[in-house]
Amino acid sequence: MTRICIAKGRIIDPANDMDRVGSIYIENGKIVSVTDEQAGFKADKVIDASDQIVCPGFIDLSTRLRDMGHSRKATFKSEVIAAASAGVTTLCLQPDTVPVIDTPAVAELIKDLAQIAGYRQIYPIGALTHKLDGVELSSMLSLKNAGCIAVGNANQPVKNLLILRRAMEYAASHDLLLMFRPNDFWLSNNGCAHEGVVATRYGLPSIPEAAETIALAQCLELAELTGCRVHFGQLSSKRSVIQIHQAKKYGLRVSADVAIHQLHLTENDMQPFDSAYHVLPPLRTEADKQYLRQGLAEGTLNSICSDHQPHDLDAKLGAFPETEPGISALETLLPLMLRLVKQHAITLEQGIGCLSANPARVLRLESGALTPGFAADVCIFDPELDWQVNAENWKSQGVNTPFWGHTLKGRVTHTLQAGQIIYSL
Amino acid sequence: MIGNMQLNDEGKLKHFLSIEGLDKCLLTEILDTAESFAGMSAQQVKKVPLLRGKTIVNLFFENSTRTRTTFELAATRLSADVINMNIATSATSKGESLLDTIRNLEAMFVDMFVVRHALSGAAHFIAQQTASHISVINAGDGQHAHPTQAMLDMFTIRQLKPNFSNLRVAIIGDILHSRVARSEIQALNTLGVAEVRVIAPKTLLPAHVESLGVSVSHNLNEGLKDIDVVMMLRLQKERMTSALLPSESEYFKCFGLTEEKLKIAKPDAIVMHPGPINRGVEIDSKVADGPQSVILKQVSNGIAVRMAIMAMAMQTLPSSPGRPVTQAPSLAITGGL
Repeated sequence: MTRICIAKGRIIDPANDMDRVGSIYIENGKIVSVTDEQAGFKADKVIDASDQIVCPGFIDLSTRLRDMGHSRKATFKSEVIAAASAGVTTLCLQPDTVPVIDTPAVAELIKDLAQIAGYRQIYPIGALTHKLDGVELSSMLSLKNAGCIAVGNANQPVKNLLILRRAMEYAASHDLLLMFRPNDFWLSNNGCAHEGVVATRYGLPSIPEAAETIALAQCLELAELTGCRVHFGQLSSKRSVIQIHQAKKYGLRVSADVAIHQLHLTENDMQPFDSAYHVLPPLRTEADKQYLRQGLAEGTLNSICSDHQPHDLDAKLGAFPETEPGISALETLLPLMLRLVKQHAITLEQGIGCLSANPARVLRLESGALTPGFAADVCIFDPELDWQVNAENWKSQGVNTPFWGHTLKGRVTHTLQAGQIIYSL
Repeated sequence: MIGNMQLNDEGKLKHFLSIEGLDKCLLTEILDTAESFAGMSAQQVKKVPLLRGKTIVNLFFENSTRTRTTFELAATRLSADVINMNIATSATSKGESLLDTIRNLEAMFVDMFVVRHALSGAAHFIAQQTASHISVINAGDGQHAHPTQAMLDMFTIRQLKPNFSNLRVAIIGDILHSRVARSEIQALNTLGVAEVRVIAPKTLLPAHVESLGVSVSHNLNEGLKDIDVVMMLRLQKERMTSALLPSESEYFKCFGLTEEKLKIAKPDAIVMHPGPINRGVEIDSKVADGPQSVILKQVSNGIAVRMAIMAMAMQTLPSSPGRPVTQAPSLAITGGL
């Protein structure tokens, strides 16, 4: 059995309220202790982490790895390497795979394929409805037993509120978490950009903020009615943050995350018709961005997700409205989080917490912390290391990122998953 | 951004994708150049050899009669070879992507694409992707822009009302879905009119429409006051089925231009329409065919303006910036026709 010592790093572990220089001792895939020096520990491998930050491996609440029906876009093999190189040790997979994650067989197949690719902690999110059709309930208990960590309907609409109510009641009966991206299908009206000045100028079909806030308000009411635990994903607007804040104050058991790009980009950054900026929900205004940042700082939003969506080149080639939405985002997750810290939007401890301890709490995972006895999921990064987003450094098969060519600060040097070094720079 | 892309290193027109990013000087140069071509249609020989040996492809992914015909006429009067491609019934229906279509045509050594497409940004995308020697002219992309229509309207206005700075212009109808409206607003504001007013029900106005530099009215009777130029927009039938309007008759009652309503505008106001018109829906026949209508003038001017834009984009004019190009018709003679 490998015994690893991560020596002399600055250890930041928000769950244990720790920020100190020290060493982490790992044996049999588990953390043994976090201390100055453990006498008598004979390490097979010592990782020198001096001048680096050592923190829990990141947990990403919304990822798409493609593969199977979409292997031209990306494969498990390419994307788990991207995840490992980004310090991400746990991935939640959206159910809109091909085929959809609506049977235990598909859920198990996905876990197997990831494991073959050398990555252990993939949690499928089971489909809330059969084939994500928004009409018939999926076999949620079977999905849970097959390893689905939550249920959700990805970007697909649930046909009406009665069906959503019943799905939430059923999920609540089995203590399943609903992961919900609020979006009213009709108000979205096949839009591809925020209903603001930029879409107006360029004549782009647009999505109003109300498409998100109305769906959010409805789901909050149903959370109250059904007692279902709900996590709202990829919120994009100011009024959504206000709603979540009020719901929490009122005592609802809800949580919410924001995709990293929403914290940095707005409609104004969108180069005219540059499909790299085509995302759903769309990039909104400066005021929305500031509110999302504030929501994070105040804890209204407790997690940051990558919303990783790798695409093939063809998917992004075309007139803007016909291109596919999404950003290949795993590898820019850490440096963009560090940029928030540099811009004083959040503290470093908060940023790490939003990527580890908080999503672990959402998912009720014994993870996201450097607690002795926990599996050793560890990310070691150099916060000052500059690197360029280019073909040489990029691991994901999808190169669809608006940050292509940019030089970013902060790079992962080692990633450990359950005590195994799955990445080193 | 679009502006930069449309100009070459010397600041001359390379692509014509949108009015946005083009300055007053360049728009005026287009109008002046068009002026020099305008007389040609009445001549016996209607050709100049400015684009002799050049191949222009009319790439129409969406149906159009008027725009395609005037582009074709404009190109042939400049002596270019023209190929018309109606892609709606051609390659892309066989699953060939937009980019593949472009690549194939590029391989046939063409010099210019005139593009119409149902999606916003399509012309911009083609200009970005195509070989550097090819110029792209936007003949209408989605709800984004229709800049040659805007320029021929500016040309028509200038013929009748030479001083833009005094003008108040009303644009009436479906602004939301109209690429024509977006380009007109940009051109009018760039040329410095006193006011652009849009008149429509809220369902036919984009959010934040005032950010385009217009004032807004939901009432035709109030909106037409003090107006010098009335621009009507075509109302598509499908606007009724998508719950944007209750009925054609109610629309006509509220926003249809009748002789009586036109009296609210200035007595010498002109009436424009990009066509094709829906008589009795957005405009009464008596107005469309009446003395204040310049609708057919717009159509004829379309040829001269499109000639000017094509010749400028191909850099074949012997002009220096700002100089009125009065020599163009005489070129027909020295060119040895």
